[in-house]
Amino acid sequence: MSTPVLPPSEKRKPALPIWFFIGWLLLVYGILLVGGGLYQLQHPPDTVLARLHATLWAGGVLTAMGLLYVILYRPGRKSRHE
Amino acid sequence: MIRLHPLDLLIIVIYFVAVLIIGFYLKSRTRSGEDFFLAGREISAWVAGLSFLAANLGALELMGWAASAYEYGILAVHWYWIGAIPAMIFLSLVMMPFYYISKTHSVPGYLKLRFGEPTRALSAVSFAGMTVLMSGINMFAMAKVMQVVLGWNLDFSIWVSSATVAVYVGLGGLTSAIFNEVLQFFLIWLGALVVPILGLVETGGWSGLKARIAANLAGTGASVTSYTHLWGPLASFRSNPMGIHWTGIVFGLGFVISFGYWTTDFLVVQRVIAAKDLRSAKLAPIIGAFFKMAVPLIVILPGLIGLGVLYHNGHGIQLVAEGTAQAGQHTYNEVLPLLLVRYAGPGLLGLGITALIAGFMSGMAGNVTAFATVWTYDIYRPLLKPNATDHHYLNMGRWSTVVGVLVSIATAYMAMHFNSIMDYAQALFSFFIAPLYGTVILGMLWKRATGSGGFWGLLAGTLSSVGLWAWVRMSPAALSVIAFSSDAKPMAENMYRALWSWIICVTVTVAVSYISRPQPEAALQGLVYGCTEIPSEGDYPLVQRPVFWGAVALIVLVVLQWIFW
Repeated sequence: MSTPVLPPSEKRKPALPIWFFIGWLLLVYGILLVGGGLYQLQHPPDTVLARLHATLWAGGVLTAMGLLYVILYRPGRKSRHE
Repeated sequence: MIRLHPLDLLIIVIYFVAVLIIGFYLKSRTRSGEDFFLAGREISAWVAGLSFLAANLGALELMGWAASAYEYGILAVHWYWIGAIPAMIFLSLVMMPFYYISKTHSVPGYLKLRFGEPTRALSAVSFAGMTVLMSGINMFAMAKVMQVVLGWNLDFSIWVSSATVAVYVGLGGLTSAIFNEVLQFFLIWLGALVVPILGLVETGGWSGLKARIAANLAGTGASVTSYTHLWGPLASFRSNPMGIHWTGIVFGLGFVISFGYWTTDFLVVQRVIAAKDLRSAKLAPIIGAFFKMAVPLIVILPGLIGLGVLYHNGHGIQLVAEGTAQAGQHTYNEVLPLLLVRYAGPGLLGLGITALIAGFMSGMAGNVTAFATVWTYDIYRPLLKPNATDHHYLNMGRWSTVVGVLVSIATAYMAMHFNSIMDYAQALFSFFIAPLYGTVILGMLWKRATGSGGFWGLLAGTLSSVGLWAWVRMSPAALSVIAFSSDAKPMAENMYRALWSWIICVTVTVAVSYISRPQPEAALQGLVYGCTEIPSEGDYPLVQRPVFWGAVALIVLVVLQWIFW
């Protein structure tokens, strides 16, 4: 005896993938960190290995990742696979 | 105490806004019980896999295991490798077909189909109680950490985080929880990576780190080998800081505890059941397994880095155990925040703190979604109000989410006043997990297991675990009996107790099954090996088959053991 079948979800447009939301968040964070990193070039924080400019590098990586995800998973793009 | 820059605070606020936006967006797509409790069964393998892992990767886990690595060295990695990967692969290839084909909505739901209502009720009531208790305990622990590390008010941390979770889970259900878990997964990696990268630069790589650890251990009697090797120090209870033997790691942790958790804890299994098809459901734990093997990079390695850099050449901070810290001292649990402050400037620090907050909140969301599902489908519907409409159960799901959050908050305040409640909650969890695994695995693989056998085996296993726990509390010498050695330390207790309770569960299940009437095969269709037509993967190319990637994961696991032997 199986559990009563739940009503199927109605046919509807696919949801925006999570990658799109993640892309936007990474993009916003990336821009903020790039800005913070540029400021820290002139005003280095009191951290170990501050000369390596980790904030600027991290900001660049996040911005690139965010842009990639936002473009790849934007609404209306025909082929989108997760 | 860490002082946050306005840029750090902005990053934290943006995270809260983002999770609420996701919750409101998903509300419009949550229109049925299946949408709310099972994410419409539309989740892809990658999303299910990352969520499956992220549901387990809470901030307490991050901070707690970094602390354990500082205290015990690389042995802590066992909980990520031997203590997880085989179980995840087993779930994928052996158990997932039965969870998925049976179309159950939960682990207690599977027990009802296989063994009947009494077994389901026992499992559901204990799980529902435990999960909301654990949610509250974790919420208190988070608030405590935020108070110590950031100076935030306890009430503020508890209420703001809880309200946010209640909103986004109440609106979007499991889909919202899963989306935010995947988001949290990205934040944790991006926020925490600064520590291992800069830490290894500072120490001069792995060999430089080992040299620093050796220098710090000089004169303590401990050898650097016991802190930087995985299996060599486990030849005896005495030759490693954990006081554990390899049999406990392999059979207690690697077999019973890890299999019990990764294959039957509904908090993680729920994410995989929500996959869009069986192949995705099988791939999800394997995807999770690959990332799980990499997590020590951001959890265990920071603990070892802390051991090597926080105190050097006679200067710096030496961390102490929780409960023994004097004014001005720091505890093991602070190793990760201390390293974040050491390496991360404004902005990056905010990202790291956001990762910790996100971890706490997604842990709470995971517990609350699991609670709402088990309460609605395994307690409320069968026992209190059967035959209501799907819309009624959807509303019950939303309301039980809010109630679950409120009960969690109440538990958090209880934990604030009764600190030992945290230890009791952990013990409570451990009572059920190993016997539950014994019951579920026998149910899936052995046709002869009967309803009576399942119920009495689960009960016997649970009671034996409670009994062994109480015995060790009343007489600490009992540990040497349970673990077969007088050199066993408390950490070994959980492993051997799990092993014993599993053995008792299985033995009683088998014995009672043989003296009770077997169930007709017609009633076992889709539930047990030999009565279930499992779709073949033969139509797929080799590289698209879950069994191929499962084998690859196991090979990688073996190679890692060899490298760090």
